[in-house]
Amino acid sequence: MKRILLMGNPNVGKSVVFSRLTGVDVIVSNYPGTTVEFIKGRMKLGDEAAELIDVPGTYTLGPTTSAEQVATDMMAEGDVIINVVDATNLERNLNLTLQLLNAGKPVIVALNMWDSAQHKGIQIDLVKLEKRLGVPVVATVAPSGEGISQLVARLDEATTGSIPFDEEQRWSVLGGIVEEVQTVTRRHHTFLERLADLSLKPETGIPLAIVAGLVAFALIRLIGEGLIGLVFDPLFDHLWLPVVSGLSAILQPGTFWHELLIGRLIDAQIDWVESMGLLTTGLYVPLAMVLPYIFAFYLVLGLVEDIGYLPRLGVLVDTIMHRLGMHGLSVIPMLLGLGCNIPGVLATRILETRRQRFRAALLMSICVPCMAQLAVIVALLGPYGVRGLAPLFVMLAVLWAVLSLGFKYLLPGETPEMFTEIPPYRTPYLPAVAQKLWMRVRQFIREAVPFVLLGVGLVNILYVLNVIQVLGRWLEPVLTSVLGLPPEAVGALLIGFLRKDVAVGMLAPLGLSVKQLIIACVMLTIYFPCVATFAVLLREFGLRRMAKAALLMTVVALGVGGLLNLIL
Amino acid sequence: MIVSLAEMAPGQTGMVVSLEGGHGRMRRLAAMGLHRGAAVTKTSTQPFRGPISVQVGNTEVAMGFGLARRVMVEVPG
Repeated sequence: MKRILLMGNPNVGKSVVFSRLTGVDVIVSNYPGTTVEFIKGRMKLGDEAAELIDVPGTYTLGPTTSAEQVATDMMAEGDVIINVVDATNLERNLNLTLQLLNAGKPVIVALNMWDSAQHKGIQIDLVKLEKRLGVPVVATVAPSGEGISQLVARLDEATTGSIPFDEEQRWSVLGGIVEEVQTVTRRHHTFLERLADLSLKPETGIPLAIVAGLVAFALIRLIGEGLIGLVFDPLFDHLWLPVVSGLSAILQPGTFWHELLIGRLIDAQIDWVESMGLLTTGLYVPLAMVLPYIFAFYLVLGLVEDIGYLPRLGVLVDTIMHRLGMHGLSVIPMLLGLGCNIPGVLATRILETRRQRFRAALLMSICVPCMAQLAVIVALLGPYGVRGLAPLFVMLAVLWAVLSLGFKYLLPGETPEMFTEIPPYRTPYLPAVAQKLWMRVRQFIREAVPFVLLGVGLVNILYVLNVIQVLGRWLEPVLTSVLGLPPEAVGALLIGFLRKDVAVGMLAPLGLSVKQLIIACVMLTIYFPCVATFAVLLREFGLRRMAKAALLMTVVALGVGGLLNLIL
Repeated sequence: MIVSLAEMAPGQTGMVVSLEGGHGRMRRLAAMGLHRGAAVTKTSTQPFRGPISVQVGNTEVAMGFGLARRVMVEVPG
């Protein structure tokens, strides 16, 4: 089967072209490095099938960075290269094109972002460019699909071309080509360009960042609570409650199946959070408590990503982050981790060194609670207002800073300087935002809901087998004297290995004080990542490192829990 | 007058005359468009020797202060 490689600079829209060509949905955002691993898909070429590979973006070929090395290695495997070029940045993009041409594989150029180029007053003579490069050039606007069918139609015209030059003359050769094919009309700065400037200058950028953060937080809460109050609670209370109540009457409380499916009745009533049955709590927690917040979070994150704000935030916080031994761009994995720790771990790949990635991934998995967990925490501690939520967030933030400093000495190594492209602000293309949101929500439903059900089922089985009660008695000294928690909390800590949202929900029936709730929620956040996140961490960093990390997490969790028990 | 990118004032425009440092670093700078002869405009600085940003062609690039000190630019005046 023919292998086609999609190659180009970072953030030129390769992934959008990829999903246009294959129909496979992939996450695309407006910052360099969104695609961190190869994504393969099938496409039809006339009658035959071909394999299309979305290669992570690279500025040059050669061994400068690990991403470039990977791209260079990948080239050997391809039969044809579709070189995606950003029409608004011709010179820099053609630099890679020249290298691809000189590598001797057949190349076709997709001159992408054709519409943005025209908006910016950039005119490119396609015929001249094609002649100069000696390979086909097709203008494309990937999000709307413009030019994509032409790209496919001309794919078999892809040829090897070669533009010989001395390395010394590289930039004058490129400059010559650009001058020949491109005319730029000057025009006024747009509103987005002015906003882009303002959000990078510290005197306006820092206030803007704070406002953006508050607005994002308020929006997530508004949308999340709105969906719960107006949609999901009524659905469960009016449609689902009669069904499970009927089932409860048939099964009879106290029997095994009743315990498993419906759970315990609280004051002779089904309680969505406390009953712990598969059909009650098992569905209510993921669908009515967590899903609304997942939806709200990823909607807001998707807009922020596609506008192109995140790299600017990375620049603004870089100075402080470097003092803590971190790279400014590590805010991106931290923010993604707030949705789910797994994409957070994967996003650490935008950092250059392995040590940097390990530090960021550890910090994120210890200090950043995922949205599923947060949603249940907010449901439990929210009613106490600031008194309930502030100690939790302050503690996690302080721990984050302390651990960053600690890692600076425990895992020493240079923190590379910032060096990144800042994409222009773009108006989010709403169908793409909606599609990305749907992909993330679907992933949550597919991957999280079964784990929640497994967790709830396991709780019941462990209770029936007396495991939780016995373990509670064993661990009582630590739980009570160090953490100030009742022995029953051990059940939540046990299930926390599997699913954090279910674990936090298990605290609800224990009748804990605010202080105990805060301690238990902090403990559940930091003592260990959920099993799915841990598996990804293992894959990325290996058993030896993660064994040490697990030990560190246990020690830190006990220390922080004990500290909170003393000071609260 | 020749100054480094770090010393340029925001809003100032100049032409890159030399890149100091190893081969790999020079290649990376050049690949982002910061090659000898390129016109650059400084767009922002962060306090306490934080990263700076420059516009080169249609690309905006952010880089650490240390790296910016190694890019020498000819500015008017």
